[in-house]
Amino acid sequence: MATSYDIATKQAEPEQGSLAHVVAVEKVYKSFAGHNVLNGISLRVNQGETLAVLGRSGTGKSVLLRLIIGLDTPDSGTIRIHGQTIAGLAIDPMGEIRKKMGFLFQQAALYDSLTVQQNVAFPLEHHRRDMPKSERADRVRQLLAEVGMDSDIDKMPSDISGGMQKRVGLARALALEPEILLLDEPTAGLDPISSGEIDELILQLQRERKMASIVVTHDLHSARTIAGRLALLNEGDVVIEGTFEDLQQSDIGFVKEFLKQS
Amino acid sequence: MSDRGFTSVAGVNPPLPVRRIEPLSSAAGYATKLFNGFFEWFGSIGIFSWQVLRAAVTPPYEWRELIRQLDEVGSKSLPLVAMAGAAIGVILSLEARYSLSRFGAKSMFPVTLVYSVIQVMGPVITGLVVSGRVGAGMGAELASMKVTEQIDAIEASAINPYRLLAATRILACILMLPLLTIATDAFALLTGWFAQAIVEPLSFHQFIANGFKGATFGAFVPPTFKTAVYGLIIGLIACFQGMRTRGGAAGVGRAATNSVVLASLFLILADVVLVKFILVVFH
Repeated sequence: MATSYDIATKQAEPEQGSLAHVVAVEKVYKSFAGHNVLNGISLRVNQGETLAVLGRSGTGKSVLLRLIIGLDTPDSGTIRIHGQTIAGLAIDPMGEIRKKMGFLFQQAALYDSLTVQQNVAFPLEHHRRDMPKSERADRVRQLLAEVGMDSDIDKMPSDISGGMQKRVGLARALALEPEILLLDEPTAGLDPISSGEIDELILQLQRERKMASIVVTHDLHSARTIAGRLALLNEGDVVIEGTFEDLQQSDIGFVKEFLKQS
Repeated sequence: MSDRGFTSVAGVNPPLPVRRIEPLSSAAGYATKLFNGFFEWFGSIGIFSWQVLRAAVTPPYEWRELIRQLDEVGSKSLPLVAMAGAAIGVILSLEARYSLSRFGAKSMFPVTLVYSVIQVMGPVITGLVVSGRVGAGMGAELASMKVTEQIDAIEASAINPYRLLAATRILACILMLPLLTIATDAFALLTGWFAQAIVEPLSFHQFIANGFKGATFGAFVPPTFKTAVYGLIIGLIACFQGMRTRGGAAGVGRAATNSVVLASLFLILADVVLVKFILVVFH
């Protein structure tokens, strides 16, 4: 079992800017309209590791992912990607870092004027301009086949279900072969069978690609299935971090309550 | 102390002074909020403009999206500005014939129509029509993309949304407005002549020859190309309002409305400056 104090102590050990951690979040604070969402949170993720960030709605889980990919900026604290601090980077230099990251949005955020195929091809068209069209089309088909969507390539996002949209979003997130995968509530709003399929798909991708992944979820079952390490957030900070067994053995009231209700 | 700054005695607050001060303080608060909002808007659009400019001049260039936007702004606005131009031509023709007849200056009809269309009505009507069609469309499209996180998805895919979405749209507006103005002018002159010709015989050749007699560069070219500034205003405001939208469907509606209202307002205000500038520099 590890408390937030233990974690903070443990996290002080690695050298600053070390490449050992693919993602390092250190004492990050973020507030919106005077309301503190993240209160000095610290987390680290290593190569090939999957961290599930759990917590109640509104505890800043999605905000944490947005900060990591640079869509929002922290009020204070440091975020490092492969040892490089992202604070203060302009949009184009940040873009170079983002090429190594894939992001699955909670609502998939597919481009509604493009077909499924065009959505997945979009990052490739912009970043692999030298790639021949036929090769790009093959790559898109392969990505869609990986997520089980190769039979719906010409459909519009509005014509497919929420679960299918998430699959397409996942294929788009994988298009540039990222080293870091950020998943925001990948199973939220899905039926148990679709959730299970998405979980299985994420596990399969992790096995094949060995990416560092951060999965934000409030679905404990999903988190337990896909992540080796779990971090439970409350009031903008990590209450406990460890394996599912660590959480089960915890004496912290909030952890017990969360496990009981999940 | 009560929260309104008066000491309460035995639980009784002095009510009257509070009631007298409250409307004043709320009015002052509203005025301060309005004042701050005004400067905040200009500051934000200034920063937005800088980000768009920086993105526009650095590679990679989004040629394909630019061509798509040129078609969206230009080709698809053409029928609308043509109809507006045609209507304006007839209106000006009817008004000019009536007014000039009263002063016995019917021979001045071609030159009156040509000057009023090319110098005043053509550019302004084109600007306002495009502001309505393109401004609302762009504002709503980008706002919808913003609230559904599609713009965030573009940014998360390491693509600069200022370059892909804003710079291409603004540049398309800048390039297309002068061309659409020429189209508006052409249709207005054609229908203006036709409205006159069905009442009194007047050949088109004669109408054009008289209308453009003694024409100078300063009389016709700057008023047409000043609409590039209208294009900048329409594109910039629509992209800015769209890309900073918050608040779901209501926010999308607000962005579309604000894009049209603000673009039309700033377009007319800019015209005051541009007309003076053209008069000083080109005449």
